[in-house]
Amino acid sequence: MTPRVRLVMLLVGLAGVVVMLATALPELPGFGGHTHPYRDRAMTAAYHQSTANAVASVNFDQRAFDTFGEETILIASVMGVAALVRRLPEEQRRERRQRGHVLESTRWAATVFLPLTVLLGADVVTHGAITPGGGFQGGAIAATGIHLLYLGGRYRLLERLRPLALFEVTEAAGLAGFLAVAVTGLAVAGSVLANFLPRGQLTQLLSAGTVPALNFAVGVAVASSIILLIAGFLEQALAITGHRSDSQADDEAAS
Amino acid sequence: MSYYPYAVGLAIVLLGIIGIARSRDLVHAVVCLSISQSGTYVLLLAVGFDRGGVAPIFGSTVSRSTRVVDPVVQALTLTDIVVSAAVTSMLLAVVLQIAKRRDTVDPDQLRSLEG
Amino acid sequence: MTVVIMVALTLVLIGAALVVFTRSTARQAVLLAVYGLLLVFVFLAMQAPDVALSQLAVGTAVVPLMVMLTIRKISALHRDRKDRR
Repeated sequence: MTPRVRLVMLLVGLAGVVVMLATALPELPGFGGHTHPYRDRAMTAAYHQSTANAVASVNFDQRAFDTFGEETILIASVMGVAALVRRLPEEQRRERRQRGHVLESTRWAATVFLPLTVLLGADVVTHGAITPGGGFQGGAIAATGIHLLYLGGRYRLLERLRPLALFEVTEAAGLAGFLAVAVTGLAVAGSVLANFLPRGQLTQLLSAGTVPALNFAVGVAVASSIILLIAGFLEQALAITGHRSDSQADDEAAS
Repeated sequence: MSYYPYAVGLAIVLLGIIGIARSRDLVHAVVCLSISQSGTYVLLLAVGFDRGGVAPIFGSTVSRSTRVVDPVVQALTLTDIVVSAAVTSMLLAVVLQIAKRRDTVDPDQLRSLEG
Repeated sequence: MTVVIMVALTLVLIGAALVVFTRSTARQAVLLAVYGLLLVFVFLAMQAPDVALSQLAVGTAVVPLMVMLTIRKISALHRDRKDRR
């Protein structure tokens, strides 16, 4: 397909889509309207489950099964990336000695902000049921925080601080924890992912029943997943070099 | 004016698609796909917005009678963001493999059904 | 409040166009992070702090970082091949 044909096909397709969207748009309720039937039901349910953060209630209680699916997608993608970016037999691993050019201030900032970010991530996970945040956000924040070491030019320290084998275990443990809560719900209350724990009082740290437990499981799994994902790409970009088979082939051609 | 946010969301989706079709670099195409997906975040949140509503989190300022925005679409958007990151990472890993095996990331130089 | 949302949305639209029509992938990765940050502001204005937090961590840090690392690896591969020729 030539670029010109592709452009024409794109324009025809886009024109069709734009016409359909423009016809559909006026059928939507206007932006900022006051009728939200799902909102009303979700808020009522969140209130009855003593979950202050209604978004967490939707994610980890009202439709927790979907969240389990989403969690699985993330873990499947980690496996896919791990399989795709693993070191091939013909590739060599290079030890990085040089620290590169990093400003002293950058290095200090990275060192100071690393523990702060990890703490913040843990805090966001723990308070997920009562304030904005939860397992996904906190896990992602903590995982990002650890990579400040890379910005600070300390890839080798990062490698040591980040025992990948351990994170593979914690990732699986997070998923298993979610599954355990799901199955316990089935055993105790008769349905998968039933919120079987005492709900406590709205806005108390220990409220919302199983929501904090699921948040914790997801937080562990997400933090481990993101660390593993970035580790795969970091390893490729910084440590793995060359195709030995290519150079061997070149040598043979030369001789 | 009351449809402008929806239009923005949809326009971002379409912009991403245009970017993918014009792309001469697979990394560029992957980035455009993630832009396209981000249009759906805007659309979802716009649908759930309520003028004068606050964040749907009970607390000292929010009680049962307070007007809030829709938590359901926010939960969906949250899912959307995580799935987008998962998809992007998978595609980038595939692009890396193509770069290694084919020595190019230009989609026009890759014929279909090539290993 | 609505005015703030409209202005932020317009900025996001411009940001999306900039990312899509930038040819250089290295510049695109940086713009993607900036675009992600613009989205964070829209989400905050739309009263979605949960989504904003998630977007802040994933959209402005994790995804652009993965894109940058991929670009770095691909250019290293190209350099390797050129050296050998």
